[in-house]
Amino acid sequence: MSTVFLALQDVDDSRPVVEAIKKDNPSAVVESQPAMIRITAEGELVVKRETVSNESGTDWDPQDIHLILISFGGNVDEDDDYFKIFWQD
Amino acid sequence: MANKLNMRDRYKLMTRLGWETSYQPMDKVFPYDSYEGIKIKDWDAWEDPFRMTMDAYWKYQGEKEKKLYAIMDAFSQSNGHLNISDARYVNALKLFLQGVSPLEYQAHRGFARQGRHFTGEGARVACQMQSLDELRHVQTQIHGMSHFNKYFDGFHDFAHWHDRVWYLSVPKSFFDDANTAGPFEFMVAIGFSFEYVLTNLLFVPFMSGAAYNGDMSTVSFGFSAQSDEARHMTLGLEAIRFMLEQHEDNVPIVQRWIDKWLWRGYKVLSLVSAMMDYMLPESPMSWKEAWEVYFEQNGGALFNDLARYGITVPDYAEICTKEKEHLSHQVWGILYNHTAAAAIHTWMPDDAKMNWLSEKYPDTFDKYYRPRFEYWRDQAENGNRYYSQTLPLVCQTCQIPMGFTEPDDPTQISYRVSEYNGDKYHFCSDPCKAIFDFEPEKYCHAWMPPQQIFQGNCGGEGLPAVLEHYKFNLGADNMDYVGSPDEANWNLWKGLNGSVSGDVKAS
Repeated sequence: MSTVFLALQDVDDSRPVVEAIKKDNPSAVVESQPAMIRITAEGELVVKRETVSNESGTDWDPQDIHLILISFGGNVDEDDDYFKIFWQD
Repeated sequence: MANKLNMRDRYKLMTRLGWETSYQPMDKVFPYDSYEGIKIKDWDAWEDPFRMTMDAYWKYQGEKEKKLYAIMDAFSQSNGHLNISDARYVNALKLFLQGVSPLEYQAHRGFARQGRHFTGEGARVACQMQSLDELRHVQTQIHGMSHFNKYFDGFHDFAHWHDRVWYLSVPKSFFDDANTAGPFEFMVAIGFSFEYVLTNLLFVPFMSGAAYNGDMSTVSFGFSAQSDEARHMTLGLEAIRFMLEQHEDNVPIVQRWIDKWLWRGYKVLSLVSAMMDYMLPESPMSWKEAWEVYFEQNGGALFNDLARYGITVPDYAEICTKEKEHLSHQVWGILYNHTAAAAIHTWMPDDAKMNWLSEKYPDTFDKYYRPRFEYWRDQAENGNRYYSQTLPLVCQTCQIPMGFTEPDDPTQISYRVSEYNGDKYHFCSDPCKAIFDFEPEKYCHAWMPPQQIFQGNCGGEGLPAVLEHYKFNLGADNMDYVGSPDEANWNLWKGLNGSVSGDVKAS
């Protein structure tokens, strides 16, 4: 199984997203690098609207990820309720 | 009022705005997406996984711009250039503005063209958005760098330089090659190889390094650009997948393009290897480490994913694996020797930097490069700073001077040659030769800087005439960092040893 990665800007708007990722992806590895947060996981990584909204206290649209996203590695599956990256092998 | 549509329906309704033409047949309206041999059965199968629609696009891009410009204003108002780690760092920005930003503009033009020429409207809309992104990137980069232009040399004529200066023909010829290809090859070249596999190396670890060196302006435009690249990567991957799924005859064509363009991009990125290892005074990550994370690990995962279509990792991957130990040192050596004719400063690393390089490159730096660099440093300190006065032989394909070594012998320069129509053409490597040999009629026309200079097409005879043609401010834009106006200004502003009272470039 290949590793997916997600790089987010190390800014305030990223905090609820990172917290939600930790909750929904217990095996994800979160690493701080200068000005960025790099998150890796085996196979897939999901960011759920409901979890982020609960963390931030305001409704979070998965497309809002564009405001904090730096880069990622994987295929994208995005819908109204989640943003997911994955490898199929 | 009707309920809001879900994302999938919105995407379908807002991107499928095309129609079957009736005044003219479709293949006359879209004449360019068939001659490359790519067979498309069903354009409707095209889907953007981000399901980005124009309204959402404007909304998010507008928000990103507001954030970015607020940071750039704050950086400028607080004299942010005084908080960078060292003025040597600024040379990485010069190389970026001279070599990379004009590529953003070329990408803008390229995607605008594909946004017209693909038959499928889903692909056209995605290309049009990317075209706008690329225009945004070049604009924000010029805007961000304009602050540095007030205080440092080497920024003022970047667009003029990009079209003329020898080392900038490396990135320029890369994009000229892509923009003169057909639309599908362009998508593999830029959308897939460059965006998906390679921009991560430029916009993630290098930009993180910019932050590490105190440059919040550059990291902001870098990450803001890369957040668009995230969409572009998805588009590039979708383009590849779409071609591979549409017809099995497409597979060998796509494989050949992947092989060609990964190598072309890899050679362009060799400039970034020197930026990361030598131009960042404080380096959070070496080029080799970045290569391992973003190419070997991430690119490897991507190739595993594409294996089910029959796509394989290019044969030359093992050359890259061997070269990651050498690339940045060899490129820095080339730039150092030819700094008299470059609008950047170079220098020999100090002991702390050399020790860092030894630590990061334990198998190669002390053995092959430290003795050479210490010798050059001693020579410079004794007043014999070496500047090459001759023109290098450059590779006909990647246009980099022939300074790379054999993959299995780091003491032997790699040198290949082909003959075409009675003329000899020279190459730095087997993959560059193979690219030429497949399309010699294209690459024999490449604009080669040394040949053009010798033919008298670059201002006349001799280096001074050529540098004048380039519009360099001699003694300010070029030569070693030590002794440059940049160094004098920096020492003055920072009250450092060796500061002399002198003209500060801007008040």
